[in-house]
Amino acid sequence: MNDALQYQKQIESQYEKLKKEAEAAGYRLNPDIEFTRELVDGLLTNEKRYGYWACPCRLADGVERNDRDIICPCDYRDADLTEHGACYCGLYVSQVVIHEKISAGSIPERRPPKEKRDKIGEKPATSLNSSLDYPV
Amino acid sequence: MKFTHIDGKNKGEIMLYALSTCVWCKKTKRLLRELGIAYDYVFVDLLDDDEKENAKKELERWNPCGSFPTIVVNDKESIVGYDVQKIKELINNE
Repeated sequence: MNDALQYQKQIESQYEKLKKEAEAAGYRLNPDIEFTRELVDGLLTNEKRYGYWACPCRLADGVERNDRDIICPCDYRDADLTEHGACYCGLYVSQVVIHEKISAGSIPERRPPKEKRDKIGEKPATSLNSSLDYPV
Repeated sequence: MKFTHIDGKNKGEIMLYALSTCVWCKKTKRLLRELGIAYDYVFVDLLDDDEKENAKKELERWNPCGSFPTIVVNDKESIVGYDVQKIKELINNE
């Protein structure tokens, strides 16, 4: 098997695994399969590059402690699902997007700029999401 | 910082800051290609450390969040995110 074909199989297998895990936890992956496979490709690229699943649609620092909030699933996923019906990269979508067959679009960045993140310090961003209604 | 030029109709200086792994960036490139517009792009994640810092600073002048994709037009205005309507308006207005 050539490398390209093997890599495609790896994307497919990772996609199936991610889909199963997401649904078991009450989340839904973007039903646009080609789009979602491209995201999985980006996640696998970042895993090779940095050693962790940095969000493919954000510029990773490459130092894990600085990227912790954007490791997929990122700290902003639930708030973005609630407000926009999709997470920042579009990997996860809300039940409304699924049921009403809405195409998830590009949404604004919720992650604070670096200066603000530095001020927040080590406070875990997940605490911001405690009152949200996901998983659904 | 090395931008890659894509040939097409001249609608002004269109600079796209993108990530090689970002699907919205890929969609932006596809849209510009479909519209047949000349533009320049850079994959910031593939730059070396010094160039990456320069690119981030330059990008943040236009988009303080430093998010991708960001299009800078004629060093005057910017479009943040994959915004089909704004990109088409931009092309029609130039």
